[in-house]
Amino acid sequence: MSKLKLATVWLDGCSGCHMSFLDMDERLLELADLVDVVYSPLVDAKDYPEAVDIALIEGAVASVDDEKKIHKIRAHTKTLVAMGDCAITGNVPSMRNPIGPEAILNRAYVENASAQPQIPCVVVPKLLRTVRPIHEFVKVDVFLPGCPPSANTFHAALTALATSAPLDVAALTRFGA
Amino acid sequence: MSENVEVKTLTIDGHEVSARRGQTILEVARENNISIPTLCHLDGLTDVGACRLCLVEIAGVSKLLPSCVTTVYEGMEVHTDSERLQKHRRTILELLFTERNHICSVCVANGHCELQSLAQSQGLTHVRLPYRNPDLSVDASHERFTLDHNRCILCTRCVRVCAEIEGAHVWDVMGRGINSLIISDLHENWGASSCTRCGKCVQVCPTGALFDKSKVGSEHPKYPDFLPYLNLMRESQ
Repeated sequence: MSKLKLATVWLDGCSGCHMSFLDMDERLLELADLVDVVYSPLVDAKDYPEAVDIALIEGAVASVDDEKKIHKIRAHTKTLVAMGDCAITGNVPSMRNPIGPEAILNRAYVENASAQPQIPCVVVPKLLRTVRPIHEFVKVDVFLPGCPPSANTFHAALTALATSAPLDVAALTRFGA
Repeated sequence: MSENVEVKTLTIDGHEVSARRGQTILEVARENNISIPTLCHLDGLTDVGACRLCLVEIAGVSKLLPSCVTTVYEGMEVHTDSERLQKHRRTILELLFTERNHICSVCVANGHCELQSLAQSQGLTHVRLPYRNPDLSVDASHERFTLDHNRCILCTRCVRVCAEIEGAHVWDVMGRGINSLIISDLHENWGASSCTRCGKCVQVCPTGALFDKSKVGSEHPKYPDFLPYLNLMRESQ
């Protein structure tokens, strides 16, 4: 049996989900028998591959760039997993929603800047008005809540997905876990 | 059988159970170890049937009825866990999550929250409805406690415990529908209100909406089980 192609993606999140993923420690070796990591902030692949079996998405959709990425990922992925609370609920990044991006950017780059106060407008992508969960943009196949989901949750969920075994997510984790 | 007999026999999820006249379906279910999820109900407070999580099906009745305020009758056939009820309960929880800004990961009640644990026990892994993200305030004017409207689910346990048990009636509800808001006195700051500083409202709040300022991180378990004991002691006096 050829190995499954696994991608992990980092949108508007803190990377804590990726850290927790790495916390699987020696179990990563066991997982490596089942999957190949073809795209991830942890490996040096620049473009999202044509055909991915499982994609773990950390973070909410917060910018025009995130929005473009999530549509591309969906088009080239068999099983899309919303990994962690940011991807599922918006979580901490969504706390800016009642305030709006202008006020937030102003606070960070103008009011609190001592040298050359200016709002960045080149290279960095434009922020969306509100931070939204990924399932408001594309179809999500598996939701894995937690902030972050624990290493045990990752291990149980990925093993189930890689071997097509049944998966009871609510028994493993919850919002804020 | 006559309507006036004191003991009623009914079935809950196929189990034959007996109850005293005037008991609610919820009371009888819990006496018989049949769990029905609740949020606004709390042992020791008057029931208001507000959260609708305890809805049950009754044979011959087309509407779903809240078990906390529906009394039993002879021959009643109650179902507490049908697929239809599970679907409604999940939707109610989803509506609660979208209505305010519930960010479990940074909440003082994380791990001790009834809304959070209900979401898990009802198998809710995401919310299908768009979040409203309302702009709500936090009242930290009280010397000991804080009210965070972002986490309030309007269960009115605080209103009831303050009025019924403490006898102060500092809390009440302002506005209507989605604009409802818990207020102290006539919408004063909590710190400037007639609050007696007893802290009962904090202990009965099912989420992190009311919390003790001395608690940090997510270490804020609540202990609402003092209520039935308090009532019992008062009755015996």
